[in-house]
Amino acid sequence: MVYLAQRLLATIPTVLGVVTLAFLLIHIAPGDPAELLLGDYTGVTPEVLADLRARLGLDRPLPVQYITYVASVLRGDLGKSFRTNQPVMSEIVTQAPFTVVLAAAGVLLAILVGVPSGIITAVRRNSAVDYATTTVAMLWLSGPSFWFGILLIYFLSYKLGWFPVFGAGTWGDVRSLLSHLVLPAVAIGVRSAALIARMTRSSMLEVLHQDYVRTARAKGLGYYAVVYRHALRNAAIPVITIIGLDIAYLLGGAVVIETVFARPGLGKLVVDAIYARDYPTVQGAIMVFAFGILVVNLLVDLSYALVDPRIRYS
Amino acid sequence: MGVPRSVTPGRFRRAARTLWARRSAGFGLVVVVAIIAVAVLAPWVAPRDPLQQRLLQRLKPPGTTGHPLGTDNFGRDLFSRLVYGSRISILVGVVSVAIAAGLGSVMGLLGGYFGGLLDQVLMRVVDILMAFPLILLAIAIVAFLGGGLFNLMLAVGISSVPPFARVVRGEVLVQRGRDYVEAARALGAGQGRVMRRHILPNSLGPIVVLSTLRISTAILTESSLSFLGMGVAPPTPTWGNMAAEGTKFLQTAPWISIVPGAAIMLMVLAFNLFGDGLRDALDPRLKGEVGLPSRRGV
Repeated sequence: MVYLAQRLLATIPTVLGVVTLAFLLIHIAPGDPAELLLGDYTGVTPEVLADLRARLGLDRPLPVQYITYVASVLRGDLGKSFRTNQPVMSEIVTQAPFTVVLAAAGVLLAILVGVPSGIITAVRRNSAVDYATTTVAMLWLSGPSFWFGILLIYFLSYKLGWFPVFGAGTWGDVRSLLSHLVLPAVAIGVRSAALIARMTRSSMLEVLHQDYVRTARAKGLGYYAVVYRHALRNAAIPVITIIGLDIAYLLGGAVVIETVFARPGLGKLVVDAIYARDYPTVQGAIMVFAFGILVVNLLVDLSYALVDPRIRYS
Repeated sequence: MGVPRSVTPGRFRRAARTLWARRSAGFGLVVVVAIIAVAVLAPWVAPRDPLQQRLLQRLKPPGTTGHPLGTDNFGRDLFSRLVYGSRISILVGVVSVAIAAGLGSVMGLLGGYFGGLLDQVLMRVVDILMAFPLILLAIAIVAFLGGGLFNLMLAVGISSVPPFARVVRGEVLVQRGRDYVEAARALGAGQGRVMRRHILPNSLGPIVVLSTLRISTAILTESSLSFLGMGVAPPTPTWGNMAAEGTKFLQTAPWISIVPGAAIMLMVLAFNLFGDGLRDALDPRLKGEVGLPSRRGV
């Protein structure tokens, strides 16, 4: 509990920094946000501009704007969308579940594929299986995620017709939701699967050398019992670390994958908002991404203790 | 058998493995050099003008006479566009990593050397940057700064700063305690001189290795930004915007998207293999620290 409190306290500066960065972004933009907002409307008089600046609070000094901004973010108010005039927060709340489900499915697939292949390649080191898997993993790490998405759409949707191409399906219809989820989840998880496989492999190889593995074998325990009960548990920490680190990358992948599959979600929200120069929405969504990643990092840290009882946070 | 057979590889297996590792690094280097050569010599390599539209020749599949990789929806020669597109990928990859290495190294050097409050502040900044997905940070910077080649390189560069700052800081912490630093100080070298002339040169190994590995990440980020329409704008060909244009014709002319994607994968693969080899050769300590977990295992 003490650890949790300390860990949360240590996150506060980072959270503030994230908010500050989001605030600064709009001020590094060349030009006046009010002018950008009005864009190409004809008949923009200086009075209209001044009125808008006052309404957006842009006429006040920067530090005042900053404090107002931080205060409203802390209240959960991310401002109003330039595009829809709706609160940014409500838009994020509607879109977030799509991204959370996509990311979770991607991570789950990556673990289901990555961990077993990492174990197999470590146990059968230098075999044909090892070389084949390692090569495939290298290819998966090198391809852009949008390209995997395109390949999946072309071959599995267009050619074979197994999966729908676009969207996220209809709410309440589990079958439709799942069939719309498969391809994006695969596309987003490919890289992580390869990363997890490589990490599991090298971590397992290290552990298989240890004396306690030798002892367990010498006691007469079966080979697979040793691999799964003794080695795997001890090899888990680096794998969990890499999964945690990779979630940031994976969430970033949502921006691309949601666009490829025209799937609703936070990533698509960001891209659409950028095209529309809807800065409050961009700011808000980016901040929510960062907070999500901070929460995941916290969970990863806490999970170490679950996996390895030697680690105690006290 | 007491231990798994694979744990104690025989001499032959070990030799095979080393050869394999060297060969893949060599393959990576050859491909990297080849792509750089193509990018530099693009006007001589490309058979046609990458921007020339020939509507009668549109959507020709790969293998058509005169168009080895086919044509796109404007009848432009895909091979020529691919050749010219390599320029943007290489340029953004290299320049953005140079920006990241420069900024990150200075941050790591100052933080690691002076420690204290400065170090705290710099590392908090790194933490904050790391709280954002790399591509999202780059997108945000491009969105607010505006597009264009320079901003693109800056955005990708800034978003790649954290690993450099962290690795260099760690390295400096090690070097700072060494005797030669003490000796230089005793001889009257100032702080700046010690950092520039002594610590930095001794920390170059990890910086070089990390740079090679990060170029592949930078190329992937650039191609994703281009794909989303936030990189270099059409009609200038980049592998990302070529793939994006092709998605509209995916059903009838899939090669327009698939070919540039494959090119990206090849280039990133080459940098990854070369970087892995370089790391294993130069700095095995970095294995867990940077880039990808080592292919070589133990």
